[in-house]
Amino acid sequence: MTTTLPAYDEVVARYEPVIGLETHVELGTNTKMFCGCPTDFGGEPNTRVCPVCLGLPGSLPVANRAAIEATIRIGLALNCSIAEWCRFARKNYFYPDMPKDFQISQYDEPLCFEGYLDVEVNGELVRIGIERVHLEEDTGKTLHVGGATGRIHGATESLVDYNRAGIPLVEIVTKPVPGTGALAPEVARAYVTELRDVIRSLGVSDVRMEEGSLRCDVNTSLNLPGEEWGTRTETKNVNSLRSVERAVRSEIIRQASVLDAGGRITQETRHFHEDTGDTTPGRSKETATDYRYFPEPDLVPLAPDAAWVAELKAALPELPRLHRRRLQEQWGLSDADMQSVLNAGAVELIEATVAAGATPAAARKWWLGELSRRANETGVELADVGATPGQVAELQGLVDAGKLNDKLARAVLEGVVAGEGSPTQIMTNRGLEVVSDTGALTAAVDEAIAANPDIADKIRSGKVAAAGALVGAVMKTTRGQADAKTVRELILERLGA
Amino acid sequence: MTQTDLTRLTATEIAGLVASGETSAVEVTRAHLDRIAAVDDRVNAFLHVDAEGALAAAGEVDARRAAGEELGPLAGVPVAVKDVLTTKGVPTTVGSRILEGWRPPYDSTIVQRLRAAGTVMLGKTNMDEFAMGSSTEYSAYGPTHNPWDLSRIPGGSGGGSAAALAAYEAPLAIGSDTGGSIRQPGAVTGTVGAKPTYGGTSRYGLVAFSSSLDTPGPCARNVLDAALLHEVIGGHDPRDSTSIPQPVPDVVAAARLGATGDLTGVKLGIVTEFVGEGAEPGVMAAFRESVDALTKLGAEIVEVSCPHFRYALPAYYLIAPSEASSNLARFDGVRFGLRVGDDGNRSLEEVMSLTREAGFGAEVKRRIMIGTYALSSGYYDAYYGQAQKVRTLITRDFTAAFEQVDALISPTTPFVAFPIGARTADPYQMYLADLFTIPTNLYGGPGISVPCGLSDGLPVGFQIMAPTMADDRMYRVAAALESVVGTFTPPAL
Amino acid sequence: MAAISREEVAHLARLSRLAVTEEELDTFAGQLDVILQAVAQVGEVAAADIPPTSHSVPLTNVLRDDVVVPGLTPQEALSGAPDAEEQRFRVPRILDEDVAS
Ligand SMILES: [Mg+2]
Ligand SMILES: [Zn+2]
Repeated sequence: MTTTLPAYDEVVARYEPVIGLETHVELGTNTKMFCGCPTDFGGEPNTRVCPVCLGLPGSLPVANRAAIEATIRIGLALNCSIAEWCRFARKNYFYPDMPKDFQISQYDEPLCFEGYLDVEVNGELVRIGIERVHLEEDTGKTLHVGGATGRIHGATESLVDYNRAGIPLVEIVTKPVPGTGALAPEVARAYVTELRDVIRSLGVSDVRMEEGSLRCDVNTSLNLPGEEWGTRTETKNVNSLRSVERAVRSEIIRQASVLDAGGRITQETRHFHEDTGDTTPGRSKETATDYRYFPEPDLVPLAPDAAWVAELKAALPELPRLHRRRLQEQWGLSDADMQSVLNAGAVELIEATVAAGATPAAARKWWLGELSRRANETGVELADVGATPGQVAELQGLVDAGKLNDKLARAVLEGVVAGEGSPTQIMTNRGLEVVSDTGALTAAVDEAIAANPDIADKIRSGKVAAAGALVGAVMKTTRGQADAKTVRELILERLGA
Repeated sequence: MTQTDLTRLTATEIAGLVASGETSAVEVTRAHLDRIAAVDDRVNAFLHVDAEGALAAAGEVDARRAAGEELGPLAGVPVAVKDVLTTKGVPTTVGSRILEGWRPPYDSTIVQRLRAAGTVMLGKTNMDEFAMGSSTEYSAYGPTHNPWDLSRIPGGSGGGSAAALAAYEAPLAIGSDTGGSIRQPGAVTGTVGAKPTYGGTSRYGLVAFSSSLDTPGPCARNVLDAALLHEVIGGHDPRDSTSIPQPVPDVVAAARLGATGDLTGVKLGIVTEFVGEGAEPGVMAAFRESVDALTKLGAEIVEVSCPHFRYALPAYYLIAPSEASSNLARFDGVRFGLRVGDDGNRSLEEVMSLTREAGFGAEVKRRIMIGTYALSSGYYDAYYGQAQKVRTLITRDFTAAFEQVDALISPTTPFVAFPIGARTADPYQMYLADLFTIPTNLYGGPGISVPCGLSDGLPVGFQIMAPTMADDRMYRVAAALESVVGTFTPPAL
Repeated sequence: MAAISREEVAHLARLSRLAVTEEELDTFAGQLDVILQAVAQVGEVAAADIPPTSHSVPLTNVLRDDVVVPGLTPQEALSGAPDAEEQRFRVPRILDEDVAS
């Protein structure tokens, strides 16, 4: 289809998008959801399996307490109510990566429900309603062989590895989010970002989208102002923050072009393609399977009592947004400055540097200045630039003690990034310490005076400002290691000014 | 002592002889293996005989005894295990083609406990495919024949275990009871079959038919043996979430108490709904005689109405197939078992469908489709959902009844063993065989069938139903009845 | 009137991954009809206000500690596989790309 697509701004001027997000998060428990198999990555195929997660006849599931607690904590962090009584349900459909040909999930009795998450978009606070948070099991990994690029299309056979089958998977479903207008893509991205930070702060998952421990499906629909919501499509495998934004944007444009052409949107799942940034149709609602949910008879109901929930709630950490706000105040930053800290991904680094003894201003100066520049040059994350908060704090300590001036400190930092050791070691090894003892400097000063008689005369005749030139000369001969203040005093003293 | 004699002994007697050293576990095992070799071509109770494993296990028991070790109450006693339980390295087929030749990489909890107790597993017994049936005619490996009359069915689904006992091929056997598959075969073969409280015996390694109903349990030729086996296999299992974390009631003591023939102070309720309709005259006659006998032993007997029991059969045939349709999905030819039609061109979906078509028998297919139907959106509420509500009402009938009486009694089955082939044409006629046993499964309580007489030379079973976790009560009453009517011996094969 | 049609049975067979033959369809249609008519009796019970029973045991919160227990070796895991390759379970080509989770 090669019809030219309408421009985004022009589309959102005419249509109102409604978005919704369904996120799956793999929990970082030691063992799987219903068996004692380890969850660690990178094992040889089918080395993390047992009769239960292979779905062998006769095997039975037993729920993992840590996974239940992690889910309740996520629910609480998202301001959800926790079910007083709920059951697992079987979602029945045939697929080879699902050992039992049904998935143990939850249907109409989710563990957590009716919550919300506040996210900031351009300083604006947007409240995203959370419909439900429930627990289920992940599937195995299927390797498609014979086709091009390992895609399922054209594959002649597939190979299944069940190491990931049965990993606890938390599903977080938002309510539909209307009224975000042109900002819909940013809101979607901001929500997933905030959700990721919240879950990371709980320490229940490493939430790495690139590794698939956080996966996102995006629902999008368009309607004309004043009219009811349009038919929604569900875009699957959107696996980076950037893609979340792109997927919403491209789906808004695609739907608009269909509607503009007088067509109607079919309710279907669509697949997002990282490379092209657009979506292609998958299964349509008409052909969608009837999952025949029913209560899982092999697992008894969950009934978290108030005391248990209260205990988990009491142990919740400060939520990222509130934490960031507190830091901003402590550091005395403007919203704009805080934003640039966030964009640089420097919050935790600065926090740690301050904790190691540096002032917020100094810590921010190093991380956003010199180190951000190097990170950009070498194309690495700021956290991986090669300097630790501890080293940065130590470096700043040397500056404050007058042992390093700014120029020398940058040289020392180079050594740190190059892995030459601690700032102090590098300073001594490279002999970069500021020289301030007068004996050593007097010679250099006399040299400079002798070399510049006319400037010396000016100073003698009271033009003290001219001393700067001589200071510069001395700094040159001492390769910048002299302490400028001391040099100036010496010059004035020698010239009796 | 000759080998035929050894096969006629009770489990208690065998354990005693082995413990005292008058005979060895190996001798006992050989005697039973010989008996199997002699008669099983006619009975077809066994799908797999593990002679090697059995003799090895028996040898261990003898060695432990020689070493002066303390042996358990059933050490050295042979046991036949229904092929529904996984046995590590030993074929487990569930009576189905789809698992032909499958050797599980793990033992079921029950089998583990049998091994730990020093019992000797002779092999795996025949059953209706996936325990779906009441005659063992639905086994993919041919029907089992009733030792009382080889032209008749031994009941089902656990006909193999029951027939093995009646044919003296084993003194003990394990069955599983989803709608009567332990009790009904017990009844028609003149043996004892006990369905424990749901959750009182572990389902781990029991190939699931209907998860909320399946209950493994003991089969024997007398009540005390059944109780001893119940004690060995019962008790909490952390690998089964529905396993009850409480000790099994002292069923052995209860059986011994009952054997004294005193039921003074015991109040029994005849289920009105089960004696009016359904049961054939010969069955009712034997049942009435037994009721009189129990009265003479001091039991007080009243009639109790359980109005919703008449809906138990339809509710059961919605709940069980629904769960089965999901439980049997995993038999897809991917990880284990049969695969058909994988010619390199066909898609996975086609191969799955051809595999299941070829691997499952007609009754299994019927139940899978009924269950799929009952769970489908649009039908769920009227069928599966409504059946679960009826289940609640049946449970309430039981609870109310047990406020009036200690246990409920009824015939185990409406009719004695019928000729092979008599009911296969009309699946629903077959379902009626479980009319009296199904309510117990829906409620989750224990039930036992004990022989109470003959009708035209064929055994009749007497059923005792007790409250959940009161399994001891039914053993006491069963043993008391047995003390009067005795045990029943089929004609020589 | 019949509770279920031949077409519905064909649909159920597809849903259940059963490649039933035409003859089977005829027999099953009749048999399933008899069975469904019979089990439909549950509808006679007035149970609007009755809670459903999914489990007969009165247990809740049966949970295990998050502790690794040894499982199967790959050899054991694949021992029953109809077909295996590269220590994985081999299956024919898959048509439907949608993986619901
Ligand atoms: Mg899901
Ligand atoms: Zn496992």
